[in-house]
Amino acid sequence: MSIKGKAAIAGVYEHPLRWAPHKTQYQIMAESARGALEDAGLTLKDVDGLFTSGVGGMGIVSLAEHLNLYPDYLDSNSIGGSSFVSHTGHAAAAIAAGYCNVALILYGSTWSSDRFAIGTGGGAGSDPPEHFESCYGPTTVGDYALVAQRHMHEFGTTSEQLAEIAVTMRRHASLNPLAKFRDPITVEDVLASRIVSSPLHLLDCCMISDGGGAIVVTSAERARDLRKKPVHILGAAETCYHTSAGVRDLTNAAAKQSGPKALARAGVTHQDIDMAMIYDSFTITVLVTLESLGFCKKGEGGAFVRNGRVGLGGELPINTDGGGLSSNHPGMRGIFLVIEATRQLRGECGERQVKDCQLALCHGTGGTLGLRHSGATLVLGV
Amino acid sequence: MAEEKKYKKPIPRMDEESKPFWEACARHELYVQKCRSCGKVFYYPRSFCPEDLSQDLEWVKCSGKGTVYTFTVTRQNQGAGFRDNLPYIMAYVELEEGVRMLTNIVDCKPEDVKIGMPVEITFEDATPEVSIPLFRPAGK
Repeated sequence: MSIKGKAAIAGVYEHPLRWAPHKTQYQIMAESARGALEDAGLTLKDVDGLFTSGVGGMGIVSLAEHLNLYPDYLDSNSIGGSSFVSHTGHAAAAIAAGYCNVALILYGSTWSSDRFAIGTGGGAGSDPPEHFESCYGPTTVGDYALVAQRHMHEFGTTSEQLAEIAVTMRRHASLNPLAKFRDPITVEDVLASRIVSSPLHLLDCCMISDGGGAIVVTSAERARDLRKKPVHILGAAETCYHTSAGVRDLTNAAAKQSGPKALARAGVTHQDIDMAMIYDSFTITVLVTLESLGFCKKGEGGAFVRNGRVGLGGELPINTDGGGLSSNHPGMRGIFLVIEATRQLRGECGERQVKDCQLALCHGTGGTLGLRHSGATLVLGV
Repeated sequence: MAEEKKYKKPIPRMDEESKPFWEACARHELYVQKCRSCGKVFYYPRSFCPEDLSQDLEWVKCSGKGTVYTFTVTRQNQGAGFRDNLPYIMAYVELEEGVRMLTNIVDCKPEDVKIGMPVEITFEDATPEVSIPLFRPAGK
């Protein structure tokens, strides 16, 4: 059974704050819920499916309580930053199966004002693989750096090519009033920024901000009667990659498995995609993901991101909001991929609007490319 | 003096699945597992084969030799045991036995580590019970 055409995004909302020490994540989620439901022209009482991540163990039940909801469907699939991209696909499947009618996907985080050093704090994990890793000092940045180093060795990818991604993200952010960092940067600025874990510089790394957002998904029929142009969920797929019992090729990412499936389910090809939201925890994440998704051949990502190809006006504009590198990244940014793609497909992006935007692809990455990560791909269209 | 040398990094937890691995490390020996049912050699240690779930496994003593598959020189880590030892080299080493393991490269200047570099096993005694397998440039 296909989900194609069965469900559509009817409402989206990105919380405007990037620094919110006076708010809890639950406040951010409630405010975002209100924004997305208003956007859709629905009310809290219409919601019968709840999706979230970042609230711990049974946190989704506390969230349901906080919102005074009794959902027929609950999903707190927690696979890192991609969770909300996954939730969107799951919501479409739940709606297609008749398990719920109005799905509300929520995210809220105060990791920046909490001073949570996501990238470099280290810390010992307690899952089986982590007992053979924690003693060696893996950090989020370091784990991605392992992939960058290998990619440079195998394919000659350069720091300059990675820097082009950061420069493009900053250019897009300058057109996004909500973005945290909007002053232009150059390739030289990126290369001059300090090395956090070689070969990744500070400006190769996403920021840590506060923030959150919400998405409302309904059936395609219901969406037609609501406030905004429905953004149809055409295809979704997900998976996870890891150390593969000791033999994984570090230059392949989970997108290699989920990307082709999502596109096939949507019945479209790479050439049909007008814009893409590619999780940018780091510059290397974008490069490897574009290759693994199949937008370019493996090893050619460095050349692909040059000469404006992935910038506004180029062949495949990506992360038109400025991404996690320049707009926002409260620890998990998957929800913003879906929100921005939705706004692009509706034609709501003003100065950063992609012309004739009809098909968008979102790919979220959770965890780290170097150790273990999830990948969730979504194809949306109008 | 003993206080300064106290091991501050996370200590791997020994459990039923990993005990033989860590007991061998305490003897300064590196072992990986091979499945007798399907022949797969794998790392990290498990109590079953991750290919066919077989529990007919054998421990293979490693030569201790390998090459650097990839690495990173980490310059920022606020965690205990790491913040006082910056920068350090984290790497995947590909063992002669065909599997890759996460580790640190020691006795090597950050600017000298290269992908493909031959390395050999060495151990750091974290506690009387637990020794951590590390790698250093071969022939040192």
